[in-house]
Amino acid sequence: MDIKDIIKPENQVYVKTKLMTDNELSYCPGCGHGTTHRLMMEVVEEMGIADKTIGVAPVGCSVLAYDFMNVDMQQAAHGRAPALATAMSRLMPEKYVFTYQGDGDLAAIGTAETIHACNRGENIVIVFINNGIYGMTGGQMAPTTLPGMRSSTSPYGRDTALMGSPIKMTELIANLPGVYSVSRHAVHTPKHVRKTKKALRKAFENTRLKKGLSFIEVVSNCNSGWKMTPRDSNVWLEENMLPFYELGDIKVDGKLIQK
Amino acid sequence: MAKIRGAIVVDTEKCKGCEVCVPACPTEVIGMSKEVNGKGYHFAYMENPDACTGCSNCAIVCPDGVISVFRVKVEE
Amino acid sequence: MAELKLMKGNEAFAEAAIRAGADGYFGYPITPQSEVIEYLMAEQPENRTGMVVVQAESEVAAINMVYGGAGSGKKVLTSSSSPGISLKLEGISYLAGAELPAVILNVVRGGPGLGTIQPSQADYNQAVKGGGHGDYQLYVLAPASVQEMADFVEDAFDIAFKYRAPVLVLSDGLIGQMMEKVYLKDQKPRWTEEEIHKMSGDWATYGRKDGRERNIITSLDLKSEKMEARVHRLQAKYKQMEEEDLRFEEIQTEDADYLIVAYGSSARIAQKTIQLAREKGHKVGILRPITLFPYPKKRLMEMTKQLKGILSVELNMGQMVDDIRLAVEHKIPVEHFGRTGGIIHTPEEILEALEEKIIKG
Repeated sequence: MDIKDIIKPENQVYVKTKLMTDNELSYCPGCGHGTTHRLMMEVVEEMGIADKTIGVAPVGCSVLAYDFMNVDMQQAAHGRAPALATAMSRLMPEKYVFTYQGDGDLAAIGTAETIHACNRGENIVIVFINNGIYGMTGGQMAPTTLPGMRSSTSPYGRDTALMGSPIKMTELIANLPGVYSVSRHAVHTPKHVRKTKKALRKAFENTRLKKGLSFIEVVSNCNSGWKMTPRDSNVWLEENMLPFYELGDIKVDGKLIQK
Repeated sequence: MAKIRGAIVVDTEKCKGCEVCVPACPTEVIGMSKEVNGKGYHFAYMENPDACTGCSNCAIVCPDGVISVFRVKVEE
Repeated sequence: MAELKLMKGNEAFAEAAIRAGADGYFGYPITPQSEVIEYLMAEQPENRTGMVVVQAESEVAAINMVYGGAGSGKKVLTSSSSPGISLKLEGISYLAGAELPAVILNVVRGGPGLGTIQPSQADYNQAVKGGGHGDYQLYVLAPASVQEMADFVEDAFDIAFKYRAPVLVLSDGLIGQMMEKVYLKDQKPRWTEEEIHKMSGDWATYGRKDGRERNIITSLDLKSEKMEARVHRLQAKYKQMEEEDLRFEEIQTEDADYLIVAYGSSARIAQKTIQLAREKGHKVGILRPITLFPYPKKRLMEMTKQLKGILSVELNMGQMVDDIRLAVEHKIPVEHFGRTGGIIHTPEEILEALEEKIIKG
């Protein structure tokens, strides 16, 4: 059979969702942001809630998320997205409100907003992209940078004695009673992508059922910040990030998973 | 006996040549072209098209969503 | 139901917010304005109108909650006092840049730093120069009574939505804490979803109803030409505010040789001063700016034809006095008098300063 016969509209089994705009993504080649954006928009499309979903973009590489996600979006000051989302969710309780934040946004300047929105159990979805580095500003150390990991502000490797250990925000907030669902995922292989999408779907369903706060961390590469090729960065992710930031469910239906 | 045949279409101008799709493919279909697109990236293409089963692994892992997937059952 | 009550300034503001049909209040305690949130929590307006009240974890969080609510087309407000307003300045700059309607109350206390909890007017510069970073202004209303604390809530929302801009109500600890009689208006119903869609459907983020184009709330413009256009758009608003929404009051200025310019508490106290002054034969009047931005520059310039001098009376070390000097272009003497540290000047002190600095000088 000729390829021309396979590539026919009736045979199409996958195409990028229309809820991603046609704008070219401003992210570096290979960056997990693009994949995660797309999965979120696929979920919103499949649930038929594009007209009820509002997202909050952070400051960081994904400040321009509103150029790519075809839903109403607000751009928040650095770290403040959960505060915006709190008001939006309380003022419009029937809507699906999500924040999309990086590690600086959520775990450095936004620590208080993150913890308190989680503590109040706001009916929102927080998507936390953790690549252990500050991408947009040129590769500085983040609260989630691994011990010994080099960055432009830890050029000799993160010294935990001077700079503290990496923070596992996800485990921290999982202990708060207001948080309903917490899990950690990745998007660098098809297997991980499918699991992440399921988790995102569950999170938005939780919002629909008004269960409280759903928190999804996506451990991602940052090949530019880590100074590697995209493929090498995904290998580095598997060998270094994932042993520290373990994937899987941390809290399900309001109960912590006992390990 | 039916066989599944697949094919992908890559938006070559939007592909950034990140190569993340290459190891995602279970049947080693994808290679990176020797040509470059308007941005200077070597884009992905079906180097080994006969091996494609239309599983969509490449498409779902693509950060830029540049891959569309087609699949058809062929009667042998 | 409209009613007459004896209320504290802060509480009148809170009650007026409910009656103005506000959708949400997001605040944080700080003296001398904690009564605003305490009153709202006790009143439980979610049972009266569905209004949401949240005690945020900080002033920073509160102003960002306001941003989120305002971006969704809702009537939202916050309140704080000087140190807390400093915390909010980033958020206020964002509100201005993203062109969002919101109301912020500052019940000014002595500063700088943690300062004191007694009244002051030392946030004038912060208020009228915008406060936060960037090229923008705030529309600033300065109440001088508990009645105005109540009335200005609705006025502030009207301006905020007319211009899609944040509005600051610049009060002080004296007015926030004192009790006076106040006429409260009838309850105005909160906007329905349909009303919001109709009014703000071209910019607010409440979901892409009926598949309309997505709305984006942002203050970011990486392309310089777009940023310039945005800033020019903001400037056009401020010009329009000057032309259409300037407010000030004059007391006994028709025959005045000397003028006291004062706002808020200082204006109240100065009313006794001009009585004392006239008893001594000095013809003194008061110009009370009600909006601090826009400022009654034209009127001040006009008055230079009749006046021999102006005294700016402010509870600070001299902030508004500079704007008066700019307005009159040094045509007549302009001096400042004010106590600080939370001490309130007396009418007699003000008269003494007027005599020494302006009448004799």
